Order: sequence, then structure tokens, then C-alpha cells
Amino acid sequence: MKGMTIIVKTITDFVAAFIVVFGAYIVLYGHLTPGGGFAGGVIIACAFILLMLAHGREVAFARLPERAAHIMDSSGALAFLIIGWLGVTGGFFFLNVFGRGDMFRLLSSGMILPLNIAIAFKVGSSLFLVFAALAMFRRRSFRAMIEEELS
Amino acid sequence: MENIAPQLYTLLVFMVIGSVVAVETKNLLSAVISVSAVGFALSVAFLFMGAPDIAITQLVVEVLVLIILIRGTILLDNTAVETHGDTLAVVASLIFFGLLLGFGAMIFGSTGFPEFGEPVMRVSRVYVQTGLPATHAANIVTSVILDFRAYDTLGEATVLFTSVIGALALLRKDGKVRREEVASA
Repeated sequence: MKGMTIIVKTITDFVAAFIVVFGAYIVLYGHLTPGGGFAGGVIIACAFILLMLAHGREVAFARLPERAAHIMDSSGALAFLIIGWLGVTGGFFFLNVFGRGDMFRLLSSGMILPLNIAIAFKVGSSLFLVFAALAMFRRRSFRAMIEEELS
Repeated sequence: MENIAPQLYTLLVFMVIGSVVAVETKNLLSAVISVSAVGFALSVAFLFMGAPDIAITQLVVEVLVLIILIRGTILLDNTAVETHGDTLAVVASLIFFGLLLGFGAMIFGSTGFPEFGEPVMRVSRVYVQTGLPATHAANIVTSVILDFRAYDTLGEATVLFTSVIGALALLRKDGKVRREEVASA
């Protein structure tokens, strides 16, 4: 049986969705409460890493395919840059040209909310990819590589 | 603001002890756990100083790094870490700390340290005073890093993007050429 015990797997199935929701909350309310794109993205990545640790690589990649994670990683970085370039229409790079809205509302503070979401996609998917690559790297018999290196 | 110095000094002593253990221990797993203990103590220290944003980021990154490092080291079982009694390193560290103390005394010696929460630089004062009216973001940290200094954050995102691309390129499975094939080609 791949992965950990049935207890860990069951608890992971219960908990993973709530971790993603909490990460989304940290991202979306980053301009109102402590948190932001980076922290929320890492929390969402942690949910998928928990799935990968408990169930093995196949189940985690079934929920979030590797190719989709690559696309989210690159498009997050691209979205950040595009939002920065939108400021040029108002005169300067990264000028806050969106409507600022009412204070203390979810849809306020202009470009900060979209930038938070872009950073969350970028950070979350890239950290998930790095963890997956490291886990696969070790599975391909790191020890054999070292022995080959020494011989 | 109430006096938080005793808590901070306790955490600082704990962090120094943890760092020394992490450097000096022979077992790789103990070193990883000591580094993580230092990170968690740092997160608590940020909470005491009233910086919940940094505390949250520090906490989640520490958890992720702990998972990655333990997964990378626990089965590797590499306990044969060489001791490092390099005199050059010790001398270099001592010179560095001497320079640090010297320059610190030069800058803060006559005036004393600035009060907590009262930045020396004028630009930070402008951020603190005009953050809410200028950006309408209730969390002033986000208003600084994603509005006033979004260009810096773009640089940070670029660094992360480049390092992740580099790590994935180094760890990839496809397209690797074995050493014999290189030799025969």
C-alpha cells in the first residue's frame, strides 16, 4: 500500500479542503487582515504537499496535475508583470490605476488584491512543484547516484 | 506599548542556543530540527513585536522547509559530517563581528537607538502616515509591499521564479545524459 496508514489518509481527506479554504481566505483578505499572497500561497501548497505525503505522488498529481501547476506558476508571474504594466496607462510602472473603493471592503485598494492572487498562484504552485521534484529525486535512488559518483 | 524586553531576551537566548546546537551537532536530523526551532522562536518574537504578517509568513515557510529538509535528510542518514576547525573561518567571523560592533557604535553611539515604532528614515514615516488614505488598504504591510514598493516585490517574485526554474531543471528526470553516453559520444 502506497503512502501512510489509513488513519493518516482519512484525516488528510477531511482536513486538506479546509486548509485550501483557509489559504484562500489569507490571500483574499490580505489587504485587510494580516497575511497576503505569499503566506496564503504557501498554505495552499502545504495542503497539496500533505496529500502527497499521505497518499503518494499519484493522488496529489490527480488533484493538481504537474502541467497545470507549471502553467499556474508561469501565469502567476506573468499576471504580476501585466498588472504592473497596466499602471503605465496612468503614467508610471506599477501605478495603482484601479479604483480604490471603500476602505475596509473586500473589493478595495485597487491592484493590491489582484497582485495578492497572482503571487499566491505563483508561490503555491512553484513550491508544490519543487517539493514534488525533490520527492521524486530521492525516490530515484539517491544512494545509487552517490555510489556511482564515488566509484 | 508595554515592555516586551524580557520575552524578547528569553527568545533571543533560546535562538542563540538553537543556532549553536544546529552548527555543532554531528547528526544532520538534529541540526534540521534545531534550525526549525530557531525559526519558530523567531516567529513568536515577531508576534511579540506586533508584526503578525511576518509571523504568519515565517511560520508557514518554516513548516514547509522543515518538511522538505526532513524528507531530504531523514533517510539519507548521513551522520558523517566533517568537523570544521578552520582557523580562517573563526578569524573571519571575529573580524566581521568586530566591524559590525564598530560601525554600530559609529552610527548609534552618539544618538542612541531610535525608539521602537519610530523609523529613522523619512520615507518610512510617509508610508506610515499616508498608507491608508493613499491606497485604502487596511493592512499597511500589504499597502507598502504591493503598492508603494511593488517594484521590489516584482524583483522578489523574479528571484523565486528563477530559483524554482533552476531547481526543476537540475532535478528533472527527462533529458538527462548519463556519464557513459557523454564519454562515448
